[in-house]
Amino acid sequence: MPPLSPSSEAAARAAAWEHFPHGADVGVRGYGSTKAEAFEQAAVALTAVLTPLERVRRLESVDLEAAGPDDEILLVQWLNALVYEMATRGMLFGAFRVTIEGDRLHATATGEAVDIERHEPAVEIKGATLTAVRVAQIPNGRWLAQSVLDV
Amino acid sequence: MAIETTDLTRISEYEWRIDPFGEMRVPAILYADEALIRDMDEKVFEQARNVAMLPGIVRASYAMPDAHWGYGFPIGGVAAFDAEAGGVVSAGGVGFDISCGVRTMLTDVETPRIRRQQRELAEALFRKVPAGVGSHGAIRLSLEEMDDMLSGGAEWAVRSGWGERRDLERIEEHGCMKGGNPACISDKAKTRQRPEMGTLGSGNHYLEVQEVAEVFDKAAAEAFGLTPGRIVVTIHCGSRGLGHQVGTEFLAEMAVAAKEQGIALPDRELACAKINSEVGQRYLGAMWAAINCALANREIIGHFAREVFDEIFPGARLDLIYDVSHNTCKIERHVIDGQEKSLFVHRKGATRAFGPGHPDLPAGLKEIGQPVLIGGSMGTGSYVLAGTVTSEDRAFSSACHGAGRRMSRHQALKSWQGRQVIDDLAAKGIIIRSRSSRGVAEEAPGAYKDVTAVVDATERAGLARKVVRLVPLVCIKG
Repeated sequence: MPPLSPSSEAAARAAAWEHFPHGADVGVRGYGSTKAEAFEQAAVALTAVLTPLERVRRLESVDLEAAGPDDEILLVQWLNALVYEMATRGMLFGAFRVTIEGDRLHATATGEAVDIERHEPAVEIKGATLTAVRVAQIPNGRWLAQSVLDV
Repeated sequence: MAIETTDLTRISEYEWRIDPFGEMRVPAILYADEALIRDMDEKVFEQARNVAMLPGIVRASYAMPDAHWGYGFPIGGVAAFDAEAGGVVSAGGVGFDISCGVRTMLTDVETPRIRRQQRELAEALFRKVPAGVGSHGAIRLSLEEMDDMLSGGAEWAVRSGWGERRDLERIEEHGCMKGGNPACISDKAKTRQRPEMGTLGSGNHYLEVQEVAEVFDKAAAEAFGLTPGRIVVTIHCGSRGLGHQVGTEFLAEMAVAAKEQGIALPDRELACAKINSEVGQRYLGAMWAAINCALANREIIGHFAREVFDEIFPGARLDLIYDVSHNTCKIERHVIDGQEKSLFVHRKGATRAFGPGHPDLPAGLKEIGQPVLIGGSMGTGSYVLAGTVTSEDRAFSSACHGAGRRMSRHQALKSWQGRQVIDDLAAKGIIIRSRSSRGVAEEAPGAYKDVTAVVDATERAGLARKVVRLVPLVCIKG
């Protein structure tokens, strides 16, 4: 793995997220003290692709599940479960609670209905891909979870 | 320079070859001029090489002049597979926006009238065509209608009152992809599609009103009706949520299936399965049904454009010139070593470009070759090309599909503000309508490569020939 940039290093110390560039699209990266927390932060990064996070009010919660034979596919399935709920419910989510047991993930996502005027969503996310996908413990013992989104 | 040209053998001014090494089964061939090659991300080189490692690949892994870093396949990648030789079909190779494509329709309304009512036209199109995130259409299909749409494509749309029967011969597959099987599509994919029928989507999708600005091939331009000053409507969109969901589901399933089938993937995004396997066949049925969804969607939006034109310019006609798809895998007949074979041709961000005389072309196009519609960025204009006979030997009759991004959305957002982009284009007489100024900034003209360099290389490489250049007057941005 390439060395982390100074901003990435700061992010890696806390539960945090960031975007990283991909030729045509955008990558989402979450950090956390556990794998589940890194998954939560990757989801926060996904929302931030669409709209500034502070604009998303936490009014309504949705329960989600995902499964995958390994961590990388599980991450992609988790992000895609969110993309699906966002598309079919017409919602944006700003807060996430994830638990992972073996190859299964349970989550609660909290947010509100999309308001085109207020959220000004930039782009529709088609899906999370296996491109540059990575779920790993980084040298400081914390977790990183990342994937490139197709937008 | 991103790609070391020393790694490439220069075959001609516009053709570059990476000889097979390591796990590569065939060479990788890139069509581009030296400047475009130097500008390509090293990932293009790596991805073209990775595709060359897949089982059953025939002749070569190709990259078009607009190739850029994609998912598994480069965007601008073309590869054909032989089922009898253990060939694969790849969900990653087709991508999430299945059958995303472009249609161009010719209007008989004269340019001065369009210019006089340019703003009114822009507003009416913006009102009529749902675009952007969270915008839903007025059409809600029942489950039965959804299945009919998935097997019938644009033919279904016409039957249902959206579109005209004469459009069908001007659409790839005559408007209906055979083999599309609604039973292979999950309920989730159908649910996701329900509110999205007849919507444009977001990102790089658009509806434009354009004017013929320059003619390169007079005979072909006349055959397409594209004489100087004529106005067209061009629509760029795909299979919407249904295609995205099909891509998502099969990508994960094929990542597992490939392992079970003993296929070593150099990149997990190349997720694929043997064509002659249960998963492979089920994906083909689903992906072909998603192609029908895209064909139906563009036919419906074309119908909306006709309604708007008729409202503002009563009696106006919009005749479909052609409708092409970019992200597909189709069975086609190609001659390999003197023998005609059925191959599964993947085009990821590449356009089919049948040359003159191809049996699939309708009467009005057979002598000229298939129209190849190339979208540029918002401010720079687009091109119409025509298929050539030489393209068959170059890359299974394929050509580029657009300008290709020069920078990431991330970087674009740092470089431009949506409002400024809209004002700058307005000063040039181009009206942009969009619900998201951030979306406009991400799609700023400067975020894309020079489309002219791409089509020039495409022509000089013999993949297709230039017919006309179009400039935008109105752009409805997703």
